[in-house]
Parts: sequence; structure tokens; C-alpha cells
Amino acid sequence: MAKKYFDKRNTEEAVFKCLMVLSIFIVAVSLISILATVLVKGIGALNIAMLTKTPEGGYYLGKTGGILNAILGSVILGVGATLMSLVISLPVVCYLNLYLKKNSRFALLVRFSLDVLWGVPSIVYGAFGFAAMLFLGLKASLLSGTVTVALLITPIMARSMDEIIRIIPFELKEAAYALGSTRLETAFKIIFKQAQPAILAATLVAFGRGIGDAACVLFTAGFTDSLPYSLFKPVATLPLAIFFQLGTPFPEVQKRGYAAALILTLLILTVSLSARFLSKRFTEHLLK
Amino acid sequence: MKPHISTKNLSVWYGEHHVLNNISIDIPDKKITVIIGPSGCGKTTLLKSFNRLIELQDGVKISGKVLLDGEDIYDPSCDITHLRKKMGLLFQKPQVLPMSIYENVAYGLRIHGTKDKEELDYSVEHYLKEASLWNEVKDRLNTSAWKLSIGQQQRLCLARGMAIEPEVILGDEPTAALDPISAERIEQRFLGLKNKYSIVLVTHILRQARRLADYVIFLYFGNLIEHGPAEAVFNHPKDPRTQAYIDGRFFEEHTS
Repeated sequence: MAKKYFDKRNTEEAVFKCLMVLSIFIVAVSLISILATVLVKGIGALNIAMLTKTPEGGYYLGKTGGILNAILGSVILGVGATLMSLVISLPVVCYLNLYLKKNSRFALLVRFSLDVLWGVPSIVYGAFGFAAMLFLGLKASLLSGTVTVALLITPIMARSMDEIIRIIPFELKEAAYALGSTRLETAFKIIFKQAQPAILAATLVAFGRGIGDAACVLFTAGFTDSLPYSLFKPVATLPLAIFFQLGTPFPEVQKRGYAAALILTLLILTVSLSARFLSKRFTEHLLK
Repeated sequence: MKPHISTKNLSVWYGEHHVLNNISIDIPDKKITVIIGPSGCGKTTLLKSFNRLIELQDGVKISGKVLLDGEDIYDPSCDITHLRKKMGLLFQKPQVLPMSIYENVAYGLRIHGTKDKEELDYSVEHYLKEASLWNEVKDRLNTSAWKLSIGQQQRLCLARGMAIEPEVILGDEPTAALDPISAERIEQRFLGLKNKYSIVLVTHILRQARRLADYVIFLYFGNLIEHGPAEAVFNHPKDPRTQAYIDGRFFEEHTS
């Protein structure tokens, strides 16, 4: 009797462990195959000129020159949108977690709204940005693109931070208040400090999402062969460079599309890794 | 006897749950007052009502008065950060801040306006000595506070609490999470500090209460059953429930 019971539990354990390993395998294989595809298809077209020159012969059909316009455009737009989003997200998260009580209905509503916004497809943000631009009499520009991308990534950033800050032990807040800290001091000197790795991770996820999104910038940022020079002029971005180049019927140009994808991937990877590396030195004192 | 903290008809509810019922007591100045009673009887709530930390709880409702040196702390004109500066609080589980040992003590001083480096250095050393921690940490003030042992962390919290120069030290079972030796050191510190501060401790360890208390408050399911000088309460309790609790044969018929 005892043996049978034990066998059933062991089988259960083995089956589910198997399923877990399988899932992890699927994730790992997807990641590796995506990276491999981009690498194999793009590496041939990757050269110094790609990184240092602007397109020659038009971005649709040009087979020479580079995509410096899109690299710079994406970096400026991505960083701008991330900073803008950070400036909105931190106060939201601060208010939700320190100024409202745990079971506040208003907090529930805000979190729900952010979750809904997170689920809104980026093309809808693009369309909304476009409508807003028309309403305000603006043209496709670096500014419009940055604002639209900031709107897209704010729910992602705010909710990712919020989820981590919510689980910081209540006692830490209590300890800060007991010393006579104001809510703002508790937020900035204690809670955000303890949550710094989470804030960084949320910022990086949002940056990656923002810099890689094509639908959002399609109508709002436009495209151009020249380097970005004004907030009010169209700007080139990597996702659109990939989109346009892959859309051509010429294999050589398509290869350049894959090279652009490779550059975008490496860009996000580099920013991610260096930010994490840099933050290591500031996290020494954080409670484990 | 001049009371330092007084409560007048203090009642506290968490939602529908009536946690404290009409408590009126006087906490004496520069003495150790110990609040005893079975778990869930409102000891911690009473303690946290003194520095208004209970307001952080959801759905809390408070009626009655808490007076600190005769002033009502629940009056709208009372500055809450200033009130909390007057009370150092030790938790059951020491809660260090995510910073170095030095910064843990300096934090309170900094937020209350001390900027001078020498003054900070002096205070950090002084209060770490007051908490009998200085000798163990003086060579590693810049290492993380969480790397200390739990007993050391509690003494660091004591130093941090004293550094804001409070008048009162509140302790919510401050030795409950500690090993016996660390607990003993904390107890010794309380005895050494009682001529400088009014100390209010919550404990469920009767022997500890006997060792430390000058004044005892016995709570039972939100009601104040008995309070008075330790000697009187421990040796000649007036209420049979106090007698039963002290004898360690407690009836828990109220617990669900």
C-alpha cells in the first residue's frame, strides 16, 4: 500500500520535471535560433560602412552606404522615450506604493489601467500618436516618435517596477517611518534604493521594447536618409530600416536588413549588459 | 509620578475587528514599562499607537486620545515626523536599512538636518557605543548592515533609534528573534538606558518582564485588565486573570 502511494508521487514528480525541462528547452532553442538566423543572414552584409555611413541610393533600394542614420535615430529616440517614461513611472509607482494604502480602490484602478495599456498593441499607439499629431498640427518627427514610444513603454516600466516594489517588506517602510522619514524620503532614500535593481531591470525591458518597436514609429517618427538633427524633423529608426530593407525584392538589400537586425540586437544586448555591470557596484548594501 | 505618555479612552479597530477597547493608562517617565498579555491581545497595536505607526494599516479607526507630555498626538496640528523623532522603535525582527552600518545610524540624523561630517562621525560612534556594538563594528563601518548577525542588527537598530535623540524607546518583542546571549545584551542595554529614556516594551516572556519591568500593563483581548508597579502586579495581582497569566496557566477560551 505504502509502496504504491510512493510510486504514484514519484511518477508525478518525474513527469512534471520532464515537462519543465522541455519548456525550458523550447525557450532556449527559440532564443538561439533567432540569434543564429539574424547572425547567419546578416553577418555577410555587416561592415564598417554599415555603422559609419548614411544610406546611399535610397533606403528602399540602396545597396551601399550604411544605416548610421537609423542607429543614431533609434538610440536618441529610445533613450529619450525611456527617460520620459522613467519620469512618469517613478512618481506613479511612488504614489501607488507609499501614498495609497494597500487595498486602496484607486490603486487597484490605476494598476488595472496600466495592465490594459500594457496589452494595447503598439500599432494602436502609433495610430493614436498619429491622430494626436494631426490634432496638434505636428508632422512626423523625432519628438512625436519619442512621445509615442514613451506612451507605449510607460505601462511596461511602471508595472514592472510596481510589482517588485509591492513585495518589499512592509517592515522596511515601517522602519523608515519610525525614524521620522517623510513619505518622499522613504521612497527615494530607502524603497527606491532597495528596489534599484528592479528599477534598472524595468527600465531596460522598457528600453528594449521601445527601441525595437516598428509600428509605433511608422507614422509618428517617419523616416529619413539624413542623420537626426532636429526634434521637429523626421528621424530614421532601426526597426523601420529593417522593415523597409527586408521588404525589397533584392537579396542584397534583404541581407542588409538582417545586418540592421543584428545591430539592433547587439545594441540592446550591450546596453543591457553594461547597465547591469555598472549597477553591481551600487547594490552592495541592498538587503538580501 | 509624572506620566510621559497617557492614553485616554483609546479604542482601535481594524475594519470591524475591535483591537483595543477603551484603554486609559499612564506610562511613567524614565522607567521601563512592560506590556504583557497573550498573543493577539493588542500589545503591538497599543505600542504602535504611540508613534502613529498604526495609521499605516488598512482600515484602521482610532478613537480617544494619546497624550505625549500632555499634548494630543492625534491632533491635526501634530507634526507626525517630529512625533516619530521622539520615539525610537525596535521591531521584533531587526529591520536594517539597505545601506552601510555607518549610514544606518547616520540616516536618521541626516533626514533631521545634520550635515556636518564631524558631527555625524561623532554621533555614529557615540550611539554605537551606547548600543554596545562599537567594538564589534568599528573596523567595518562601511560594510553592509545586513551582513551583521541578527543580534548585532538589533543593536544597530537600537543605535539608529537612539541617534535621532528620542525621549521614548519602544520595543515590540525586541529580543524575540535573538539568541539568548544577544537577548541578554539587549536587556542589559535597556536597564542601562532607563535613566535617560522612557522605555516601553512588549513581551510575551514573563521572566523577561520580571527582570526588566518597573511598571506593568496587562492586556487581555483588547481590554486593560491590570496595570501598576511591577512589584505589585507580579506579587499581588488584583485580577484573577492576571494571576492566571502570571502562573502560566492561561485559559485561551477566546481564541478562535
